[in-house]
Amino acid sequence: MVGKRVTLTLDSTLDSVNSAEESATRFAAGAGFDEDEIARISMAVREATINAVLHGNAYDPAKKVGFQLERTRDSMVITITDQGQGLDPNKIPDPLAPENLLKQSGRGIFLIRAFMDEVQIRQLHPGTELKLIKHVPGAAGDNKEASQ
Amino acid sequence: MKANTRQVNGVMIVDLSGRITLGEGSVILRDTVRDLVGKGNKKILLNLGEVNYIDSSGIGELVSAFTTVRNQGGELKLLNLTKKVHDLLQITKLYTVFDVKDDETAAIKSYK
Repeated sequence: MVGKRVTLTLDSTLDSVNSAEESATRFAAGAGFDEDEIARISMAVREATINAVLHGNAYDPAKKVGFQLERTRDSMVITITDQGQGLDPNKIPDPLAPENLLKQSGRGIFLIRAFMDEVQIRQLHPGTELKLIKHVPGAAGDNKEASQ
Repeated sequence: MKANTRQVNGVMIVDLSGRITLGEGSVILRDTVRDLVGKGNKKILLNLGEVNYIDSSGIGELVSAFTTVRNQGGELKLLNLTKKVHDLLQITKLYTVFDVKDDETAAIKSYK
């Protein structure tokens, strides 16, 4: 599994959100995560893809979503890019603040951060790249696999 | 996602099943609650016992349903949260916003 990589270019549609989620679920299962962690990873990927399709590319058929799953020696790394206006991580409102608690939207990035070990947000000018990282528990087993 | 509505002692109970996510699931929930409120129903109980997945859009729809009913002078409560939905509401600090019940009979009696 180490070194395995899946790269897709997705349309800016709801179907792409479901496809990305399903791909991440299968990949996480193959990487050896337990059921709860697979659910967290899948949801984080769903939220990140929604951000790319809805808030980034705004369903624009001319704009694509880049989607990559990678299994490194100790982690699963998911990279999602859009071609939108860009997301400034410093301007994301805190959904837990009392004045935001009853807002209908604004929880996606918060949930991604809650469910992943590391989240990196990079502005691409234009667009945004989200890199989601989940460490594989007991990754020492990977060394064994890698040495075979 | 499916939504079936029934009335028990003046409380409209909406039995939801499946996924409440961006797209169809959220729309069904929104339309169902708006329809109930539009017909003058002010006591609404969302039974989430068969909801196995909800995303941020679904959470937003629950919040929207809650405020819509409240703004009409009514009460929207939640019943039978699955562990995943319970955990999500905890993480997002919404568990204390919603009135959450785990027994239907007690939930019905709790309405004023």
